[in-house]
Amino acid sequence: MSSLAPVRESWDPEALDVDEMILNMGPQHPSTHGVLRLELKTDGEIVKAVRPHIGYLHRCFEKHCENVDYPGVLPYTDRLDYCAAMGNTLGFALAMEKMLGIEPGPYVNTIRVLMAELQRIASHAVAVGTYGMDLGAFTPFLHLLRDREKILDLFEWTCGARLLYNYNWVGGVSHDLPEGFLKACRGMIREYEAMTHPKLVELLIGNKIFIKRTAGVGVCSPELAISHDLTGPNLRGCGLPRDLRKDHPYSGYEQYDFQVALGTGQYGPLGSCFDRNWVRVVEMAESARIIHQALDKLEKMEKADVHEKVPKRVKPAKGEVYFRSEAPRGQLGYYVVSDGGINPYRVKVKSPCFTAMSVFHRLARGLYIADIIALLGSLDIVLGEIDR
Amino acid sequence: MILPGPPVTGPIQGKFGDGLIFTNVDLVLNWARKSSLWPMTFGLACCAIEMMAAGGTRFDWDRFGMIPRGTPRQSDLMIVAGTVTLKMATRLKRLYEQMAEPKYVLSMGSCANNGGPYWRHGYHVLKGVDEVVPVDVYVPGCPPRPEALLYGVMKLQEMIMEDRVLRRRQPSLGSLAGAQMAPEAVK
Amino acid sequence: MTPQEIHDALKARFGEAILSFDEKALDPWALVKPEAIAEVAAFVKAEPALGFDNLMCLSAVDWPKETPPRLDVVYHLYSYKHDHTFVLKVQVPRDNPRVPTVEGTWGVANWHEREAFDLYGVVFDGHSDLRRILLPDDWQGHPLRKDWEDPELYNGMRVKPTPQMAERYAAGEKIGVGPFDFTPPNLPLEQS
Repeated sequence: MSSLAPVRESWDPEALDVDEMILNMGPQHPSTHGVLRLELKTDGEIVKAVRPHIGYLHRCFEKHCENVDYPGVLPYTDRLDYCAAMGNTLGFALAMEKMLGIEPGPYVNTIRVLMAELQRIASHAVAVGTYGMDLGAFTPFLHLLRDREKILDLFEWTCGARLLYNYNWVGGVSHDLPEGFLKACRGMIREYEAMTHPKLVELLIGNKIFIKRTAGVGVCSPELAISHDLTGPNLRGCGLPRDLRKDHPYSGYEQYDFQVALGTGQYGPLGSCFDRNWVRVVEMAESARIIHQALDKLEKMEKADVHEKVPKRVKPAKGEVYFRSEAPRGQLGYYVVSDGGINPYRVKVKSPCFTAMSVFHRLARGLYIADIIALLGSLDIVLGEIDR
Repeated sequence: MILPGPPVTGPIQGKFGDGLIFTNVDLVLNWARKSSLWPMTFGLACCAIEMMAAGGTRFDWDRFGMIPRGTPRQSDLMIVAGTVTLKMATRLKRLYEQMAEPKYVLSMGSCANNGGPYWRHGYHVLKGVDEVVPVDVYVPGCPPRPEALLYGVMKLQEMIMEDRVLRRRQPSLGSLAGAQMAPEAVK
Repeated sequence: MTPQEIHDALKARFGEAILSFDEKALDPWALVKPEAIAEVAAFVKAEPALGFDNLMCLSAVDWPKETPPRLDVVYHLYSYKHDHTFVLKVQVPRDNPRVPTVEGTWGVANWHEREAFDLYGVVFDGHSDLRRILLPDDWQGHPLRKDWEDPELYNGMRVKPTPQMAERYAAGEKIGVGPFDFTPPNLPLEQS
């Protein structure tokens, strides 16, 4: 992995060695986190080369964006990374606010941060839980899903939807927090910090089998990570403390006190699957801290109208904008081109999972097939975002 | 063991105590089939997350006897959860053909029902999974709540109970139903 | 470095190849000649003062109504070393869009360029593996272009939007096994 030059690999079945074979981990597979097809060239159990095939969930998001108006794009952005829908709408809403020059008030910003961090916990719960399930540990998945259900209950109480909310609008949010929300949220986060988080660390992260299966597998160097645009927990697992919430804060993130989770290479080389997972687990605890602070702020703040700055018609002037936000899976970038009309002219989404998949074939050489599963889960991909 | 349906009467009824039950074959077979529907996990998109939640502890589908199997060869129910794209449709049909009889298809979510929110400009979206496989139950929603999915499964169980295994007069369910399959196409 | 300084550094090195610079935009961008983009990319990465080691996003934009009709390829760059951003743009004619690849500079460009090829038809010269990434290999055409028409069928499956279920049912088509049935499944025993 010392050279960053592109890899040229032959996939001709006729040109295989005597002991090589091409295996297909097809689009329908319990562990591929969606419809991803991996073509493996293996020498027995050792993988010589991997060729991922994506596009099985290409839902023509960018074509739809060109045919609906700007607020109508938001439900489609929900469905990109469906495990973390709040982050997607937040990114697009912020991109449009940058383009239009709207600055929502502190009440809306605090709600947005609260929802984004709750969503981060829920999304990492799915990520870490399914990762354990891939490796064979079924119980942490059930614990985490139980807590995720509580978070989804809070979301449903606020805006009516469990999974895809259309919550962050351009200039505001769709529903105000209901009465009693702050108390319920505080109680839920306290339960999480007291009960689930220590249990997660004890059952999964401190588990000897988990450590043996993940530490030292799929080590990614920082140069490779930057060249292939790995962001989010994947990059922080390689030891680079880059977090958009700290470097280029938005929505008032600069007012919150939290640490950037970093991989430390405590059980093996830095940048392994264990480190990426460790970053996610620590981030869940840090998100809980941010939520406490956001709840403190909301208790002291007086309620404002969440639709105050929502424009009647979103019609930006001719121009373009690129805005990136820190989604649970990495940096989510929206490139919006406007020609002055009601509909966007072009919306391009730079999804963090797309770039994470682009480095997969480099990290996977020389691993066992079981390690391929471990590597895939540690990159935490969601095919909706890759294929759009 | 209590089976629905009328008790079978006759000269030997009640002569052997509690150890012997009289019923008809249709009831027993249908009861067995509906109580152990093993779904093939065919989660494609967002509905897959709600399907996972339906399998979680809160909405537990294990109490219905449903154990998710990864392979089509050992499953009887295919829950198509999520958007089917044209690239995926050929694989879906192939997996459906690999399932053994009796097999049922439950289309979960609006994308699998008729293309969902992508029906208008989705050049790569299959407008409804019933273009390639016959569907027994459609569960609407985007995504449907896990309770809605379980309701769809219960509806399917009702349909299975009405099936007549030995004295079939017309095709009633699953692959033998008269649902349209896209014929010339998907090889 | 400010965008103006970055542009001055580029202009000093490449002169004629940097065609224009828009500094008033929200994200200032420089227009580069298509033939020169590979060298410009290598320069902005290697030059210590610029240090653009990260390609944030590579997008293609279709402008069929401009004169001449063109395709833009937009490169959003970021430097982890110096924490500054910049945008490069390349404009190619719509009927023969060819751009040199920047895959050697940023590894992620491999996949981004495959996507631009797949959806817009931009051919990247020198790419190691230019084939479709999102759409099936036997797909005809480039769908995100503005003049895209949905074909009738793809391998026998209908592509154009079909009439919705309620319309089909109202037209008499038998959908599935029967009409929508909303009776709850758990009726009391005496009614079953």
